[in-house]
Amino acid sequence: MSFKIASSPHGHSQHSTSSMMRWVCYALVPGVLIQSYFFGFGVWFQIILAVTTALIAESACIIARDRPAMSALRDNTALVTAILLAISIPPLAPWWIIVIGTLFAIVVVKHVYGGMGQNLFNPAMAGYVLLLVSFPVQMTNWLPPSTIGEHSLTLWQTLHTILFEYTPAGYSVEQLRAGIDGVTMATPLDAIKTGLTQGFTLTEVYAKPQFSFLAGAGWQWVNLGFLIGGLLLIQQRIISWHIPVGLIAGLCVPAFFAYLFAPDLMAGPVVHALSGATMLGAFFIATDPVSAATSNRGRVIFGVLIGLLVFIIRSWGGYPDGVAFAVLLANMCVPIIDRYTRPTVYGHGERK
Amino acid sequence: MSRPDNNTIYVSSNVSGHFPGGIHPPERKAPACNKPIRSLPLPNELILPVRQHIGPSGNMLVEPGQTVDKGQQLTEAGLSLGLPLHAPTSGVIHAIEERPTAHASGLPELAIVIRPDGKDRWGNKHAIPDYREVEVSRLLELIQQAGIAGLGGAGFPTAQKLAQQKPLRHLIINGVECEPYIAADDGLMQEYAEDIIAGVKILQYITHCDSVLFAIENNKPKAIEAIRTAIGDDSQIALKVVPTKYPSGGEKQLIELLTGEQVPSGKLPMDIGFLMQNVGTAYAIKRAIIHGEPLLERVVTVTGDALKEKRNLWALLGTPIEHLLKESGFTPENKQRVIMGGPMMGFTLPSIDVPVIKTTNCVLAPTEAELPAPGSELACIRCGACADACPASLQPQQLQLLAKAKDYDALDEQNLFDCIECGACAYVCPSEIPLVHYYRKAKAEIRNIAREKAKAEHARQRFEARQERLEREKQERLERHRKAAEARKKAQAEKAETATTDNKEKTESGGKSAAVAAAIARAKAKKAAQAQKADEENNSAKGNES
Repeated sequence: MSFKIASSPHGHSQHSTSSMMRWVCYALVPGVLIQSYFFGFGVWFQIILAVTTALIAESACIIARDRPAMSALRDNTALVTAILLAISIPPLAPWWIIVIGTLFAIVVVKHVYGGMGQNLFNPAMAGYVLLLVSFPVQMTNWLPPSTIGEHSLTLWQTLHTILFEYTPAGYSVEQLRAGIDGVTMATPLDAIKTGLTQGFTLTEVYAKPQFSFLAGAGWQWVNLGFLIGGLLLIQQRIISWHIPVGLIAGLCVPAFFAYLFAPDLMAGPVVHALSGATMLGAFFIATDPVSAATSNRGRVIFGVLIGLLVFIIRSWGGYPDGVAFAVLLANMCVPIIDRYTRPTVYGHGERK
Repeated sequence: MSRPDNNTIYVSSNVSGHFPGGIHPPERKAPACNKPIRSLPLPNELILPVRQHIGPSGNMLVEPGQTVDKGQQLTEAGLSLGLPLHAPTSGVIHAIEERPTAHASGLPELAIVIRPDGKDRWGNKHAIPDYREVEVSRLLELIQQAGIAGLGGAGFPTAQKLAQQKPLRHLIINGVECEPYIAADDGLMQEYAEDIIAGVKILQYITHCDSVLFAIENNKPKAIEAIRTAIGDDSQIALKVVPTKYPSGGEKQLIELLTGEQVPSGKLPMDIGFLMQNVGTAYAIKRAIIHGEPLLERVVTVTGDALKEKRNLWALLGTPIEHLLKESGFTPENKQRVIMGGPMMGFTLPSIDVPVIKTTNCVLAPTEAELPAPGSELACIRCGACADACPASLQPQQLQLLAKAKDYDALDEQNLFDCIECGACAYVCPSEIPLVHYYRKAKAEIRNIAREKAKAEHARQRFEARQERLEREKQERLERHRKAAEARKKAQAEKAETATTDNKEKTESGGKSAAVAAAIARAKAKKAAQAQKADEENNSAKGNES
């Protein structure tokens, strides 16, 4: 009888790329649940739109590139990209926003660069930045969290708004954002940015209804949700701690010192850590292995670089948040980080 | 990389060293490691490939039909790295023919086939109970004569390794056995601890080394206890219990683990004062010197879920794998794999009529459920899990890309040849990329290219040498021509001179003698001309030749 020939090793650990990506999806659940509690059902419609678009785009690209479609879809990477982009944009953004963003992320950022594993930039963040610079109005239309907002939409009202840009009653998203006093409620980071440019102190800014407890109302809990999911990923060894810790340190350490010197002009480390996309970025976006540094030392540098860039953009840049820009800028540095953080190969070190 | 879920008792380790990377695959050494080592009934035939180890094979000392005793030498020791072969039991030489051998390729090689007669009758033994009375060189000769090669890894002839004398800081005895399933050294240490330590002392005597580090992985509590007892209060042998991690038993990794030092790339452990020997080798040396028995058998772990009995067996060298499997209740499944060696570095056998050789520490017949065949390869996502697992601190994800791109210069620059092919990277790769396979292919390619290059270089040198020789010959020919022309000129000048003298003589003593002289001169000139012609012919013939 003849026996099967195989190349060593003959065993394999249980981790697979598809299961890793599936775990990333599971780990997003707490954050997304909290987000949908504070910001409405919109996020779920965005996820459905994004995933559908991503799977169609991915299949089309793979067929066009003459690769077996099923085995490529099996890796679940398009799924993760789509979900990350969908939860990054305002939940009531019109449907074509997420469709354009997802198409760009999958077709241009991923497949034009050679498909899975080959892209230089994080697809979700590149898609986000494309949308942000192309459609600034739609991309900054975040509703205030339901706990302080005037309007909370039903499932049907949400769907109607996403599809037709108006609620069935004819309100635009802009109108929905208005507080009881008729003034549009900005996101906490936006409020800080505009407040400071208008000459307010942070103490005055924090007195606004968008802020409560640790940082921005609603946003702090969303960030904590993603923090929990991220810790789950570390516990499951899907991601290593180096990038998240580097990122949070890179953001919070300078923020802490800035806060010490000018507490009324610079947001403190807690506000930074629990605002905007900090936790989502630290645990889910910057940790995308394809576009991140590969050695542990490199990962720390990569994380710190992103954190630092976020701090700089938030403090002095033109945008209230800067995670997407910071991630893309750091992506560009990955080849050089990898080049200089390569560990010394066994037997090539200096003799003691 | 969670702890495997078997109920192993771990002894606390006493090394402070560390090597990067490594993995914790399920160990699965039980139940083989908990059972005594068994012997099997003799197989119908024993197949002894003439070339069992690194190095060329020696001349035959036997011929088909001849009866041999147990331990009788069958081949001469070959040149340099060659070792002699011995009959593992008494019987008749059935044939000397090509047989499939235990190699991944399964290519047939010349083998001596013995039909055992069942008497297991020993020939002469030259035991040396007190080796301290014997010269080291004589001991080395005996170890060589006993056919002992490293039983742990590549099968390098032990006497050769011992003969490369440089001052040693530590003699390291490797009883780590870090690869899953394999429990051969474990069993040997449990049952033959005294003999192993006796072998270690012979090694100490040979190497003049007074510091032995005896390393065992902490998942072998019984072996550790047995060795501890056997060492007793010998202060020169330090028992080092190392943490369970694959591949701690790799020579370079173990050195780093025990001493914190790395063997510089391209050097041997010997160069930094270390010498490593496997416990099985130490045992074999003891048998060879003190009992005068050549290396005839070894412990083989025969295991895997396709077998009813999973245990350690004493297998005579040359025992067909089929015999080991059948005696263990082998029920092959569809697409059954039979692996010689462990699951990490072993190779699959194309057929099971190949024999046990000196380096066969394990025969593994796993079921598909036990060790699933790899799934289809996905794209690399640069997750870096391979780099985290690499004990040599290489960048497997980069090497893989470069290997696929056939960028051999870059592979060299990234130290592909420092890869020990331990398989840790491929084990952890979530995209199931057969990384080691790519590295092996690239290494073979690079070696081929180097060989081609050497060949081309050789051809170029030959061509240049020929050009040089032709040029030299041409110069020599011209030189000869010049000399011949000179000779001619001289002859003519002489002739002219003789003529004038003749004339003079004629005028002085008459015509007769002048005529004789003229005839001599003519003959001389003719001879010179002939010689020159012959020379020229010779030269042109040589020119054609070259």
